[in-house]
Amino acid sequence: MNAQAVASSSRRRRAAGRWRAIRRYPALLAGLTLLSLLVAAVILAPVISPYPPDHVDLFHILAGPSWAHPLGTDELGRDELSRLLWAGRTDLRVGALAVIFPFCFGTAVGTLSGYYGGLLDAFVMRIVDVVIAFPFYVLVIGLVFVVGEGTRGIYIAFAVADWVVYARTVRATTLVVRESDYVAAAKAGGLGDLRILLGHVLPNTISQAIVYIMSDVVLVIVAVVTLGYLGLGVQPPTPDWGSMVSDGQQFLTTHWTLATLPGIAVVLTGLSLSLVGDGLADRLRPQ
Amino acid sequence: MVIGVAAATFLLLHAIPGDPARQVLGLHASAAAIAALRHRWGLDSSLASQFGRYIGDVVTLKLGDSYVYGLPVTTIIAQRIGETAGLVAIATVIAVAITLPLAAIAASHRDRAADHAVRGVSVIGLGMPSFWLGIVLIEVFAVHLRLLPVGGSGSGLLGHLEALLLPSLTAALAIVPLLVRSLRVGMLDVLGADFVAAERANGLGELRVLVWHVARNALIPTLTLLGLNIAFLIGSTVIVENVFALNGLGSLLVSSISSRDFPMVQAITLVLAVSVVAINLATDLAAARLDPRIRLR
Repeated sequence: MNAQAVASSSRRRRAAGRWRAIRRYPALLAGLTLLSLLVAAVILAPVISPYPPDHVDLFHILAGPSWAHPLGTDELGRDELSRLLWAGRTDLRVGALAVIFPFCFGTAVGTLSGYYGGLLDAFVMRIVDVVIAFPFYVLVIGLVFVVGEGTRGIYIAFAVADWVVYARTVRATTLVVRESDYVAAAKAGGLGDLRILLGHVLPNTISQAIVYIMSDVVLVIVAVVTLGYLGLGVQPPTPDWGSMVSDGQQFLTTHWTLATLPGIAVVLTGLSLSLVGDGLADRLRPQ
Repeated sequence: MVIGVAAATFLLLHAIPGDPARQVLGLHASAAAIAALRHRWGLDSSLASQFGRYIGDVVTLKLGDSYVYGLPVTTIIAQRIGETAGLVAIATVIAVAITLPLAAIAASHRDRAADHAVRGVSVIGLGMPSFWLGIVLIEVFAVHLRLLPVGGSGSGLLGHLEALLLPSLTAALAIVPLLVRSLRVGMLDVLGADFVAAERANGLGELRVLVWHVARNALIPTLTLLGLNIAFLIGSTVIVENVFALNGLGSLLVSSISSRDFPMVQAITLVLAVSVVAINLATDLAAARLDPRIRLR
């Protein structure tokens, strides 16, 4: 019983310590709070949204806010609040997935390229230079054109266009780590390349890529929404913040909320992710 | 570098599933008609010889005819490129005009209210889609205040500039958060330098130190930063042109994609990528010119 009490009190103390650590970073705390609210809202969308997102009610089109429709309805009488929540579900999921592929691929390529150097490195860096020469949106739009609109197109386009920054960042830190004493020691100890890469190099280079992924996911979500706005992204009838803005644009003079609210949702998402990213960068930075 | 970019656009076009000749002639075209068109476009020769011919065409600026307009793509691009170039130029000026004072204020008031305000605003700006910002600006300045046109290219030089003002502001605001963040760090480095401490010790006023010495030293990082972000800026003009219905390359790119006009898409992508390479080279050269410590390899 005594041992249990000690264990639980030490756990409580550790939890309190962690809480104090988080409180030292108010921006991180604000970001985490906002982000968890947003994520909870979109996960619970099926439960909390008052209507299905595609529930058409032609008797109540372009209605203002009311008890039945807190944020009004769009040109087909669909409930704006429900559509915002369901669109967030789509955009957050697509954004999160679209950033995972370039992160994994770029990190792997950057690690190998930096560790082995030589011809492989020269070749990879040439490709990186070429990809970076294309304006991001031009490349993504071109790739979506090639592989087809919709979520599959988005995943492929971002994987091709976005891996380069991860590859560059990870390669640069790998070059430093490769020359370190502990890698030399591991090599002298006869460890295989795979084990050195996974056990000694990657743990020391990955934090840079993780810091970058937090700011990158903001850019990616904004880009997913932008493609939706141009009609090249998530395809209707699946709700998406971008297509909601483009649908609402024609009613700007009379119903400005239709185009404005989805944008505010994007800004809030971006803000929460940036705050968390900056907070993480502060914490991970070597003192 | 340019050849690499050309190779990438070539691969992009040839990765398209399906046969462009069939796409253009439709499902019910005869096999002979398709073969004839494939031959005219040179699609029946080997990939390597197609690539060789393509590189030759790029060098001599023979980029083919648009499927939709029936004119050489170079002619159409030449008509449209001015609009995009003007947009990029004005947006760059606006971006620098906003960035410099903000970064200076943030750096000189480090960790005080002004710094937090500038950083907070730039964090919000990072997550703001530029198409949406454009719509909000239209809403405020064109619809409610009726100060500026809603869209289109305007007539006459003055009308043209007026029409470009909101789009340029939108495109500029897309890169300002990135620029402010980096330049603030750059200025903090300069502010911590020994020569600044020496000037302060000699009794120079804070404003004079900031404007005359720190800003001058921050100019080169700004230039390099602009070079690095120009690709992003050109990318956001593609979006902005669609929001404001401007007749530039960006709106042409998106409309060519929906009409599946392959040569047009290929040529615009190529032109935009090559201009990014050219601008990067120009800023590198200019930075080397301004700063004797930078030596080009």
